[in-house]
Amino acid sequence: MSALAWQIAQILLVAVLAPLATGYVRFVKARLNGRRGAPPWQPYRDLLRLLKKEAIVAPSASWLFRAAPYVTFAAVWLAACVVPTFTTAIALAPSADLIALVALLGLARFWTALAGMDVGTAFGGIGSSREMLIASLAEPAMLMMTFSLSLVAGTTQPAQIAAFILGGDIGVEVSLGLALAALVMVAIAENGRIPIDNPATHLELTMVHEAMVLEYSGRHLAMMEAAAMLRLTLFMALISCLFFPWGMALPGDGPAAVAVGLAAFLAKVAALATALAVFETMIAKMRVFRYADFLGGALLLGLLATIFLYVSEAV
Amino acid sequence: MLIAAPLLALPVLALFAVLARRAAWSHAVVYGGAFLAAVALLAGGLDRLGGGGPTALTLPFGLPWLHAHFRVDNLSALFLVIVNIAAAAASVFAVGYGPHLPDQRRVTPFFPLFLFGMNAVLVADDAFMFLVSWEFMSLSSWLLVLSDHTRPETRKAAMVYLTMAVFGTFCLLPAFGLLAGAGGDFTFDAMRMKELAPASAFLVVLLALLGAGSKAGLVPLHAWLPLAHPAAPSHVSALMSGVMTKVALYGLIRILFDLHGEIGWQWGAVLMVVGGVTAVLGVLYAVMQDDLKVLLAYSTVENIGVVVIGLGLALAFKAGGEPALAALALVAGLYHALNHSVFKSLLFLGAGAVMSATGERSLGALGGLLKRLPWTGATFLVGAAAISALPPLNGFVSEWLILQSLFKGPTLPHWAMKFGVPVVGALLALAAALAAACFVRAYGVAFLGRPRTAAAAEADGNAVTLGMRLSLAALAALCVWLGAAPVTMTNALSEVVRPLTGIEVPVSADLGWPWLSPAGPSSGSYSGTILVAMGLLLCGLAVMLVHRLGTRALRVSDAWDCGHAEDIPQTQYTGHSFAQPMRRAFGATVFRARESVDMPEPGDDAPARHVVSMIDPVWDGLYRSLGRLVDFLADQVNRMQFLTVRRYLLMMFATLVIWLLVVAVRQQL
Repeated sequence: MSALAWQIAQILLVAVLAPLATGYVRFVKARLNGRRGAPPWQPYRDLLRLLKKEAIVAPSASWLFRAAPYVTFAAVWLAACVVPTFTTAIALAPSADLIALVALLGLARFWTALAGMDVGTAFGGIGSSREMLIASLAEPAMLMMTFSLSLVAGTTQPAQIAAFILGGDIGVEVSLGLALAALVMVAIAENGRIPIDNPATHLELTMVHEAMVLEYSGRHLAMMEAAAMLRLTLFMALISCLFFPWGMALPGDGPAAVAVGLAAFLAKVAALATALAVFETMIAKMRVFRYADFLGGALLLGLLATIFLYVSEAV
Repeated sequence: MLIAAPLLALPVLALFAVLARRAAWSHAVVYGGAFLAAVALLAGGLDRLGGGGPTALTLPFGLPWLHAHFRVDNLSALFLVIVNIAAAAASVFAVGYGPHLPDQRRVTPFFPLFLFGMNAVLVADDAFMFLVSWEFMSLSSWLLVLSDHTRPETRKAAMVYLTMAVFGTFCLLPAFGLLAGAGGDFTFDAMRMKELAPASAFLVVLLALLGAGSKAGLVPLHAWLPLAHPAAPSHVSALMSGVMTKVALYGLIRILFDLHGEIGWQWGAVLMVVGGVTAVLGVLYAVMQDDLKVLLAYSTVENIGVVVIGLGLALAFKAGGEPALAALALVAGLYHALNHSVFKSLLFLGAGAVMSATGERSLGALGGLLKRLPWTGATFLVGAAAISALPPLNGFVSEWLILQSLFKGPTLPHWAMKFGVPVVGALLALAAALAAACFVRAYGVAFLGRPRTAAAAEADGNAVTLGMRLSLAALAALCVWLGAAPVTMTNALSEVVRPLTGIEVPVSADLGWPWLSPAGPSSGSYSGTILVAMGLLLCGLAVMLVHRLGTRALRVSDAWDCGHAEDIPQTQYTGHSFAQPMRRAFGATVFRARESVDMPEPGDDAPARHVVSMIDPVWDGLYRSLGRLVDFLADQVNRMQFLTVRRYLLMMFATLVIWLLVVAVRQQL
């Protein structure tokens, strides 16, 4: 019963926390740039403002254009519900593993990319096409990372991987480091952060995600933006669950342990968001056709992570 | 009885189609009859899958010393189900679709014969019946490919197809010969009993792989497939791509897992590498295609590769002493075969519906069809999402099972497998991700956006008749059902693989009904049912919240497009432009894709040109050089036609002497 309660708590937590996390990244970036910046809770205001605005739909758009924001948002939300955040005892944990997680994000991307092509403009198409190229390399990289984790922990279930690492019979593994590097690279690409994409850009020819959602307005845009924020939170939760699970409550723990888990989760998200802001401030965006090199690197790191596992076994 | 009667009814239908060809109603009768026969065969297959041992039947015809043997076991029953789901859907579709064909009298009689051939392969229980049915299937589908014979490319496709079909049988014939051995007992029962010498065991696997692989479309033997499958009428393409390739896989599974005794793990590795390469190359070809049907045919090549990865893994596990994992990998491969037959038939029939509504099948001529053809658009979307391995549809479940069994690959003792399995896993993941890109492109360009030509703008929704809509909707519903409630099917599949691997795999035993947890609950589980319920709940919650917090006002107004919006539909992204990043990232090495931009000088009014050149590594590299070799040999042999009588006599004498020497030497030994 408590698993169900924690699950409901997590569903609400990720939805409520996501805008704050994004706002916090923007806030830190602004400070690093020497600007005052909007307060971290600005995204809540933005979303509410968008919701209250009238939505504009082009005459060439079909029903798919209007359905896509909701499907995208629900798919990312569902994915965010199955990654343990403050406790591994959540009811949905056995229903989806890391492979299903990758595929749920793929579902969201599929709909967003289709929506980008629905109005029949050049920018929507350019965004969809580039997004699918990025995904075609980022998805295998993430599956390879899953592969090496499943070899270490014997499972593809994030909750059980976290429990395994918390169990402590694991030293510092080279493969885990490589897998973490691969996951971070994928997370950067999937969330459209610098150096792959610039979330703040309005230069038409350099954007990917923003180009796909260019035609959206009002509540539809709010859903797309909220999905992007949720995706960022999801990846932060995933990185902390798989590689830094310390502090997380386990099944059978009481409310006190869960409170500790919650505090630890918030601290981890804050640390990762700060790291992201610092990284993005330090680096420049790369050319579109360098993506393949960057993500090919991530794929190779994921592959190396599995292969190093045997090398360390054999030595 | 449920299987024999409808099977025999099919040739009768073909005869009827020839006799009554002048009557307009005869086509509907034939397709209706084919539908009933397919449903009966489907029921027979499902009934057999439900339980009971194999049923055998021997009939006194065929070769003089060999009766005709038939047998239906669980494996045949599964493939009967696979074949006849698609066959039933294609028959219903054809009632409405047939009249759109240039000359349906060249299609209708061969359609039931094609169904007969495929079903007969599945129930054959001796090599003679198997090969005769196999050829029946090849030749009837060849005639169907030729139905639109006035187009030169169709004639080329048919020629290549016939050559490859002959090559396939040419390989299978000695494979069965070796399996039967010197005793010459061609029944499958005798072959199961027999121990093979190492050399012939090796040759049998190689020949089976070449013979069945050429029919299934494994790289590099796939060259005929993207030519022949799209050339046939769409309901036949659906069967050739969705089902005939599966019959080929049935042949491969029958030989490798049933008739052949022990097979070394090396063959498993070979199958996995071939499967991985096939999957990636197939989808890379697919993502560049402009013709919707050719694109679908190349995507079939990809999916066959995915199934073959599962089969190879099962072989390796079986040889490595891991029967439970072998059973899991085989279940995964068979489930993907079933799923692919469903969604590929759906997509090909959808392409047929597009063709009958617009007369076009080139992506560059379509666009905006979702508004004009809501049924076709919605069902094609389901098929596209399923083939892109997206949850909660069926394609994802089988990819998930294959990945789960691949992740167990490193338990194999061989170092080559330990290092090879992750690489094959990367290839599989790459293929799945590229398939999503491929189908976003196909669907986005054909069904979304604005119509690119008058044909697309005036697409006639009424051309997609009720029968066509029903058959599309039924297949789409099956995609959802096989994805959301996979456990029903995986349990039946574990029955199928039990005699082949010697062990039953309880795919969902540990966690109970809605969960799949193939290798124990602690190593990964998935529940499509719960994800669907949860996803619908969250989606409903999101919609409710948005409408409660915000406004529902909606205005229809011009597109924004950063202020550059133009009315001309040519300003949209096209299929070619969508594929350009993939062509640059992957095509530059695989296809040696080169782009050149020819910009005329200012003042020159010549048009600017952007030329892309690509080389097909298989066709240009392998087939052309093979063709040149054959030409060269033919030229050499040709000289022998112009010799003098003296020389011919000399050659005959020399031949005689050589043979006598051979006989003499043999007698001495």
